[in-house]
Amino acid sequence: MKKLVRQVVFYSSLIAIWALLAKLRIWPPYLFPPPWGVAQALRDGFADHSFWIGIAVTMKRMLIGYSLSVGLGLILGLAVSSSKFLEETLGGLLVSLQSLPSICWIPLAVLWFGLSEKAILFVVLMGSLLSVTIAMEDGRKQMPKIYGMAGRNLGASGFRLFWSVLLPASLPFIVNGMKQGWAFAWRSLIQAEMIFLSLGLGQLLMMGRDLSDMSQVLAVMILIIILGYLVDGLIFRTMERRLQEKYGLSPA
Amino acid sequence: MSASPQNIVSPARPLPHRGRFNTFHAKPPLPASTFAAAPAEAVIPKVALDEICLSYKTTSGERLLALDRINLEVKPGEFLCIVGPSGCGKSTLLHLIAGLHPQTSGNVLVDGQPVQGPGTDRILIFQELGLFPWLTVGGNVEFGMKMKNLPKAEREEKVQHYLRLVHLSKFRGSYIHQLSGGMRQRVALARALAAEPDVLLMDEPFAALDAQTRDLLHDELERIWAETGCTIIFVTHNVREAARLGDRVVLLTFRPGRVKQEFNVNLPRPRHMEHPDVTRNARNILDCLREEINKSLEVEYNDEKAR
Repeated sequence: MKKLVRQVVFYSSLIAIWALLAKLRIWPPYLFPPPWGVAQALRDGFADHSFWIGIAVTMKRMLIGYSLSVGLGLILGLAVSSSKFLEETLGGLLVSLQSLPSICWIPLAVLWFGLSEKAILFVVLMGSLLSVTIAMEDGRKQMPKIYGMAGRNLGASGFRLFWSVLLPASLPFIVNGMKQGWAFAWRSLIQAEMIFLSLGLGQLLMMGRDLSDMSQVLAVMILIIILGYLVDGLIFRTMERRLQEKYGLSPA
Repeated sequence: MSASPQNIVSPARPLPHRGRFNTFHAKPPLPASTFAAAPAEAVIPKVALDEICLSYKTTSGERLLALDRINLEVKPGEFLCIVGPSGCGKSTLLHLIAGLHPQTSGNVLVDGQPVQGPGTDRILIFQELGLFPWLTVGGNVEFGMKMKNLPKAEREEKVQHYLRLVHLSKFRGSYIHQLSGGMRQRVALARALAAEPDVLLMDEPFAALDAQTRDLLHDELERIWAETGCTIIFVTHNVREAARLGDRVVLLTFRPGRVKQEFNVNLPRPRHMEHPDVTRNARNILDCLREEINKSLEVEYNDEKAR
């Protein structure tokens, strides 16, 4: 409860300082809008459905791109972690590719797929696939060997060993990888949308810039933060905490 | 295959609660040729180790011999303890018997048949237990039976039975991290027993427990062994524990692991850790073990100097 009070106090003073600075008119309002201006922009955006459409389009892309990268990443990570040959060859390539910011894939995506939905999905995929793969591979390696041995000892083998022992044993690592993958996918998608100008939150952000509408820019930025936080901070972190408690990885 | 050595005073199959001989015999291992086949004792050993060798490559590239020509026979229903200094390969030996790791040469025979891999006739309780944290206590106990595809009703009945056996019925729905060390031990025991193995392999299972809990678990283990009649191979570095529990105690040498000596412990059961006979036996074993411990310490000190 105390924590909540502190947070409320912190955020209200932040907004108060913002309002004060806006009131003082140190910068012109079109560059530094007051909080109520941004609130108005949020209300307008939702009222004319443009924000709803933006959110829907962005989330749909996110779901498709992210599911693809998680599915592929889990398979790739599993393959890399279970074969010495793949680990030494493909594994090294994946790590080096991860140093490439996902926005660097945009020129390639445009040339291959044109200014299309496919190109956006490609960028999202490349942005998060690698981190999911690497997290999955790490997870399989960090997973205590004892679980596999105990499983074999108790008569599990082949697919059942994988399904009932190896998979649940590496679940905390998999969830961590999925969380990382989500963060990367989210960033890549917004970046791609800002360049492709094809609906979505990224485009709304750029539209605000083109119209010199700072209130809209800030409103969309707040939307992106809230959406990102809702998924990352609430869904994934809760999942992670529950798992850690259950697995005894943290004091329950 | 040879039968049991002749000069062991104990009967071929020491049954629980039947040891009436307050005698204690130590004997050095005999060369294989003197193990004469005796028709009267032609019981097929439950587990037989036949010239087991194990060597592996260290990180520096040299080959290290961990186990050197181990010959050992364990009678059905016997409680065998293996003691030795740390690093003598006693845990590795259990992994070989469990079929989790291949030996370099030699054979592990169970009921006269060579071991090809893991099998639920031999269940190993690991030193770190390896209980599954994502399953409840009940789920852990049920695991082996699920892998065997036993019908649900039967699994249910057995989970209840084995949890009762280790006095954990109330904790069926708990997760592993919610339990104390001694309770986790008992879950591991129940999980192993529920697979209904012929041979129970235990790798220093009580090493991390406080003395009171350990004494309690010794009593429980002895009782459960008597009830199930299974064969137990119990690895420990604690000679008193070995003297308390074993029908026979085998002493391994330090690097490479060889059978140094065997002790028959013919004390009546249930035994008690503080009983003078147990203490005296433990001292005898310790005298023999001390030499090996010194060797292992010497190697450790020299390693340090070399650095």
